[in-house]
Amino acid sequence: MTRPELQEEETLQAQHPFTESWAMFRKNTAAVAALALLTLITFGAIFGPMLYPVDPFEMVWAPFSPPGEEGFLLGTDYLGRDLLSMIINGAKVSLMIGVSAALMTVIIGVTVGALAGFYRGIVEEILMRITEFFQVLPTLLFSMVLVALFGASLPMITFAIGIVSWTAVARITRSEFLRIRELEYVTASRASGASNMKLMFRVILPNALPPIIVQSALMVGSAILFEAGLSFLGLTDPNVVSWGQIIGSNRQYILDAGYTVTIPGVAIFVTVLAISLVGDGLNDALNPKLRQR
Amino acid sequence: MRPLLDVQNLTIELTTRDGVAPVIDDLSFSLNAGETLSFVGESGCGKSMTALALMGLLPANIGRIASGHILFEGEDLVQASDAQLRKIRGNDISMIFQEPMTSLNPVLTIGEQIAEVLRAHQGLSRKAAWNQTIALLDAVRIPNPKGRAGDYPFQMSGGQRQRAMIAMALACAPKILIADEPTTALDVTVQAQIFDLLGDLRKQTGAAIILITHDMGAVAEMAERMIVMYAGRKAELGPVDQIIDHPRHPYTKGLIECVPHIQSEMSTARHDLVEVPGIVPSLREFGKDQCLFASRCRYLSEACLASRPKPQEFANAQSADCWHARDL
Repeated sequence: MTRPELQEEETLQAQHPFTESWAMFRKNTAAVAALALLTLITFGAIFGPMLYPVDPFEMVWAPFSPPGEEGFLLGTDYLGRDLLSMIINGAKVSLMIGVSAALMTVIIGVTVGALAGFYRGIVEEILMRITEFFQVLPTLLFSMVLVALFGASLPMITFAIGIVSWTAVARITRSEFLRIRELEYVTASRASGASNMKLMFRVILPNALPPIIVQSALMVGSAILFEAGLSFLGLTDPNVVSWGQIIGSNRQYILDAGYTVTIPGVAIFVTVLAISLVGDGLNDALNPKLRQR
Repeated sequence: MRPLLDVQNLTIELTTRDGVAPVIDDLSFSLNAGETLSFVGESGCGKSMTALALMGLLPANIGRIASGHILFEGEDLVQASDAQLRKIRGNDISMIFQEPMTSLNPVLTIGEQIAEVLRAHQGLSRKAAWNQTIALLDAVRIPNPKGRAGDYPFQMSGGQRQRAMIAMALACAPKILIADEPTTALDVTVQAQIFDLLGDLRKQTGAAIILITHDMGAVAEMAERMIVMYAGRKAELGPVDQIIDHPRHPYTKGLIECVPHIQSEMSTARHDLVEVPGIVPSLREFGKDQCLFASRCRYLSEACLASRPKPQEFANAQSADCWHARDL
């Protein structure tokens, strides 16, 4: 009797987590569209000044020329400056402050949260009391004081925003560390002689990243809003344009030339919305509890 | 000759809501180089606690070594600093855990995890560590080790992960390998393979093995000596064949009778499996000055409730903590 030919077995390859997350992200149409829009805004901020080389501080035409007329796509502001150029140049500042402030919140927050969650005990007590102290500070007021005292330079504004918003990241990081440190693979790494540093940053942190990534993406959006708020109040570097500053400087003319305030407002709104949607998509993609299989 | 590992009067206390309970109560044993010693007992008898204590990995703030010594090559691990322990862990003493599914870091490839141990302890270069990793994966019989080294744990089956764990544990040629129920989470067919592998690797490397298991069959096959634990105390200790042949403690007797024998002919003559009635006492009962097995024992007498049994030594190196050991 001859042995019948067996069908070649099909092996189901498990997907790499990254591939899987990307597949999940792609299912969220709004997030993908927002990501595309965000990419466009970023490119605009980087290459825009080269493609549209008009000085945002130069008075190019009569003040309050409405959008579309006289050859200016977005019109001119109360000093006759080209609004389109201001929006393009302001994008760079807004995005830069958003990203670097978010980066700062992540660095402070992750360090504090990791140390507190890993070492527990007295270290945790002290660090979490400090975190709570920053949490109950009136954020806008505190950062206004910082900027007013130390001058309204971009690094100072970034610092002022970062220092009041890292607490959320710290708390998330700590809670993830508290959960993961009890898992068996951490004990197993310890049993194979891993040092505390290695356990914290090579074993626990990579596994704690998903919620931290989501939170820091959302942080970029709130930092942009924060910066807009500060510059609306005039606490901004007068030598650079930012979206909030355009609104702030034109606010007296809101009834006569509403568009000078509306246009930068829409820019902020669209950008922050896009960031939130991307953050939401990341949350779907990275948070296993929300995954529907 | 000095034993490789000498545990003297080890007592471990666990802080619970009801107070402090001695989960390991006055345990002494020794392990010689190249020997396999097996810990047997029901869940909650302190077997895993013993293993964690040897590694210095008792859960912080909950468990602590109240008294006793753990002498590894003459050095007392109870007194050792964190840095000293770290040097020993994974290098001289390493451990395999029960759950291969959860004891590998999910975000690193298994190759990276093994190479990391090698680099930490032996100071190998990235390249040398990687080559050694592949050799190790080959030694634990993972097919296509070169390809599989780049796999993440979730891409492997339970048996393969346990093999990877074994490779990691053996990476630095440890003197002692602690295997905490290495096959409990695996399929029967895979269990046999893992035990085979452990046996072969032991012959090749000469590592002493502490095998913690429920599986009496594995004990009989793998170990030279065994310790039966009950409620944090040693019930019986001695050479495996002799204990299985003639258990001197009623608990050991019960455990051996629990093991089913496969019979080719199913007939009415087949005897029923004997069970040990009752359950392990709760932590509150631990530490009482009486025999803790008394409530489940068919040889119960006044003496058992009056005081904790002293070890009864026998000529064949067997010893049992039971007042009736000589009558059994």
